[in-house]
Amino acid sequence: MQLDDLYRRVIMDHYKNPRNHGTLEADAVTIKLNNPTCGDSIALQLQVENGLVTDAKFSGEGCSISLSSASMMTEVVKGKTFDQALELADKFSALMKGEPVEFEDYEDIEALSGVNKFPARIKCATLSWNALRKGIEQQHE
Amino acid sequence: MNIAAIREQFPILHQEINGHPLVYLDSAASSQKPRSVIDAINRYYEKDHSNVHRGVHTLGSRATDAYEGAREKVASFLNAALPEEIIFTRGTTTALNLVASSYARNACKPGDEIVITQMEHHSNLIPWQQVAKATGATLKYIPLQPDGSFTLADAELTITANTKVVAMTYVSNVLGIVNPIKEVAAIAHRNGAVMVVDGAQSTPHMRVDVRDLDCDFYAFSGHKMCGPTGIGALYGKKALLSKMEPIEFGGEMIDYVDLYESTWKDIPYRFEGGTPIIANAVGLGAAIDFLQEVGMDEIDKHQRQLAAYAYDRLSELEGVSIYGPKADRAGLVTFNLGDVHPHDVATVLDSEGIAVRAGHHCCQPLMRFLNVSSTARASFYLYNTEQDVDQLIAGLLKTKEFFGHAIG
Repeated sequence: MQLDDLYRRVIMDHYKNPRNHGTLEADAVTIKLNNPTCGDSIALQLQVENGLVTDAKFSGEGCSISLSSASMMTEVVKGKTFDQALELADKFSALMKGEPVEFEDYEDIEALSGVNKFPARIKCATLSWNALRKGIEQQHE
Repeated sequence: MNIAAIREQFPILHQEINGHPLVYLDSAASSQKPRSVIDAINRYYEKDHSNVHRGVHTLGSRATDAYEGAREKVASFLNAALPEEIIFTRGTTTALNLVASSYARNACKPGDEIVITQMEHHSNLIPWQQVAKATGATLKYIPLQPDGSFTLADAELTITANTKVVAMTYVSNVLGIVNPIKEVAAIAHRNGAVMVVDGAQSTPHMRVDVRDLDCDFYAFSGHKMCGPTGIGALYGKKALLSKMEPIEFGGEMIDYVDLYESTWKDIPYRFEGGTPIIANAVGLGAAIDFLQEVGMDEIDKHQRQLAAYAYDRLSELEGVSIYGPKADRAGLVTFNLGDVHPHDVATVLDSEGIAVRAGHHCCQPLMRFLNVSSTARASFYLYNTEQDVDQLIAGLLKTKEFFGHAIG
């Protein structure tokens, strides 16, 4: 168990300088999720138009893993169709299971592959992705 | 107290975690088990197991004797007046829910009050929220001081003639505060209310005397006091338990069954439906023997010394916030390390073989009172040493360095 596997430089960079941290306009889709084991919470906002995620921002409290994961997720999801976004969420789940997955147009996410070796922290990493999934599934209803 | 000899009796402590000797500082969540408890459970299954109270054969008698013997041990451990005042449950949560469902739902009506504090574990908070919702009673909180404690004057003001139940933890699992149960019970009784005590964090560490406290109900878990998981008990005064209706029906709690009407056994069996948790009750009995052999006063002294030492050593670390009062604290220290999230603290400590708890400790309202979303907690038991605390401090220095480098 190597700490550096978990806390790679790119993760720390997203933690220290989160991308897309903040809130969107009032008409954005808002999903609030809690991590009940630690009391952390995230509010994800998605701006959606014609089956497309045009913008994404997040706010809330969390550890380095959950906040950096949210930062990366909001980066990569912008400009994606709902189906593409769900596909990314599936790929992220596979990454958390330790499967070799590549994020061709956004390699930062691959830095989170080390979370797989820290089972207790997988919930932290997946919080924002679960919010994304929930937000898009709401749009399909 | 010979810590080295005590540590010898806990097989689990002698292993490496992530290449370091295990430093187990999470006993408030669940304690480790001595060899004598593990052996007692094995011996029971290897030699004595059968169902209880039914069989007329030898094993049936042995199992019954073992189970009822454990009840007697619990009764004497808590200084209850009678063994039948002890009801075996799955643990503290089930015991408190039994009081809420069987006693409080019948005792409360609109306009009545249930008084608790904001330092309660969810197990001693949500059952009362539910009783209040179901009965129309009002849930009231004794206000807390900035350090998380409360004054008896505030308890006097909050508990009134309308109060039917006062429910309170003996020892806070976050703040380490030891509450003045005896004094609060006296206030409750002057107002005609019953006193319910959450003993999850007190029973493992200190001498408990339910008759001296004069509480009406007292709940605790076996797994936090060297016993197995899945067993705990509710103590209740006989006069109250005898008037309460069961909430689970079937099996051992039955007296006579007719097609449309049935009758229940006397206490304690009335509240122990189904086949009880026999082997774990035997294990709990063995845990009580083990603790009494070491001596509850010795354990109390040891864990307080460790907590005081940890408090002082932690205070020396720059950027550490410690929650709860400094004086008279039970054996745990809850803290945060600068703006490093407790999850990250716990992960770095784990990489050094040190087990601490990170999160809200099932006390979300208390976290809001403390103005944090979560905290880290180091909790101590009879097998911990000052060296364990020193390891914790070294681990925290490493955490600071790691996150300093990584973030900075």
